[in-house]
Amino acid sequence: MVERRPVMTLVAHLVLIFGVLLVSFPLYVTLVASTQTSEQIVQQAPMSLLPGSNLIDTYRAALFGGQTASGSRISPVAPMLKVSFICAMVIALGKISISMLSAFAFVYFRFPGRTLCFWMVFITLMLPVEVRIGSTYRVVAGLGLLNTYAGLTVPLIASATATFLFRQFFLTVPDELTEASRIDGAGPIRFFIDVLLPLSATSIAALFVIQFIYGWNQYLWPLLFTTDESKYPIVMGIRRMLGGGDAGNEWNVVMATAILAMLPPALVVLLMQKWFVKGLVDAEK
Amino acid sequence: MAIEKRVRFGNRWLPWLLVAPQMVVVTIFFFWPAGSALYQSVLLEDAFGGSSQFVGLDNFNRLFSDGSYLASFRTTAVFSLLVASCGICIALLLAVMANRVIRGATLYTTLLVWPYAVAPAIAGVLWLFMFAPSVGIVSHALRSLGIEWNHLLNGNQAMALIIMAAVWKQISYNFLFFLAGLQSIPKSLIEAAAIDGARPWHRFWTIVFPLLSPTTFFLLVINIVYAFFDTFAIVDAATQGGPGKDTAILVYKAYYDGFKAMDLGGSAAQSVILMAIVIALTVVQFRYVERRVQY
Repeated sequence: MVERRPVMTLVAHLVLIFGVLLVSFPLYVTLVASTQTSEQIVQQAPMSLLPGSNLIDTYRAALFGGQTASGSRISPVAPMLKVSFICAMVIALGKISISMLSAFAFVYFRFPGRTLCFWMVFITLMLPVEVRIGSTYRVVAGLGLLNTYAGLTVPLIASATATFLFRQFFLTVPDELTEASRIDGAGPIRFFIDVLLPLSATSIAALFVIQFIYGWNQYLWPLLFTTDESKYPIVMGIRRMLGGGDAGNEWNVVMATAILAMLPPALVVLLMQKWFVKGLVDAEK
Repeated sequence: MAIEKRVRFGNRWLPWLLVAPQMVVVTIFFFWPAGSALYQSVLLEDAFGGSSQFVGLDNFNRLFSDGSYLASFRTTAVFSLLVASCGICIALLLAVMANRVIRGATLYTTLLVWPYAVAPAIAGVLWLFMFAPSVGIVSHALRSLGIEWNHLLNGNQAMALIIMAAVWKQISYNFLFFLAGLQSIPKSLIEAAAIDGARPWHRFWTIVFPLLSPTTFFLLVINIVYAFFDTFAIVDAATQGGPGKDTAILVYKAYYDGFKAMDLGGSAAQSVILMAIVIALTVVQFRYVERRVQY
């Protein structure tokens, strides 16, 4: 800071605290709602902002399913968490591996069609899922991939940003390292495994955070390609619970599900904050 | 930085083997569908896929003479401009403040960035719950202030709801970029201005803000792309495009027409128009990125 201005510093803190409260308020309401019963939420409206005593029962109903007071079925969230986790892991690791391999080819080899391949990857940036929903649906259906893990993940693992990130990074690796390994008799695969892979550890960690969140938070894709409840990811499953209308929803269970759906990606962000910030900023360069 | 490596490996088939997985995925799931969307957009197909005929640009003509499509354009424009401007202003304010304080800056950052991890659909559900007309806590508070909140009936309120949810989710992203931008501004510039007698407010507008303009412009493009495409889940979870079609942004309408109303040709034509929009935005972004390298 340039000059000491205690008043300005105080104002800065107040603005930040207000910002944090504003950003966290929805989370607090969600947490509190998940500790109450659905009758408390609906009948007491507006609900109390103090935690209730129904925490364990609500989460049990959310995780393992059960009956509501009116007799309708609550679908269990535990299997959805499994689906989400598998999808997020496959998408994140798949993106990282295929992008690394192709970036390696783009940087360390010269082969006919290299420019064409590079442009093909580049153009995918301009074709997000949302603009080709109908036609992609027909392709995936034609390949018989509806309601499969392959259908949920493979179409999403192409990644222009990850390929560019690795390409940029490989370009900064000193040529001397390559020369040294060649003199030592290492072929390209040996070089990739023993030199490039360890050097890329930070980039891999950074990308993993971003892509795990991307995979976990997919919504439109599973909405189109899954009709089988055993393949619902949690982010899509929660939407299915909102059928009851304003007062008819089991809000406490819905909010518990929301917490469960937020927890894994939020933990990844908080535990790997350093890499997360790096990945976010680097991916846009 | 070198664009080409001096040292390369010589191998006939290995590079192709390395790019093969990426190329297969890209071809099957990107180029094939995009091509078929282009092809579909000039066909008229009955809803059960039984027959189709070539109709040229009829699908596009039909779209642009359709009032609800033009209205969806307007809705999307209002939505994305408000999301981008609100998100950028709030994040800029918070980043400037976070850059100012010394104590607790890391803690504030941690507490502000976590919504990045929240899925858009979950963000929609959270805000829907707070504003639910009969049980929501904020809608009750508003009612006691004399504002009758019911986004199921009032289109403007529904729009406000999805804007708030979308901005809430995006603040963390903007905040991180602004903070990184602010931290890269040389301290000496600010100090020199302070010695010359410039007050903080003056310093911000004449030094900090101009130096941040590349970041701001970059975020503007990213936020518009976000509002156009990534907010589908927020809309679907919070309002389903309603009431009426008041919050049906373009992506939502393409989905609805293709999968609910089964107008395949019309939906494909909408996809083609969306592709054109993404391409335009990407070109803008990359032209700018090239310029930024010289800074």
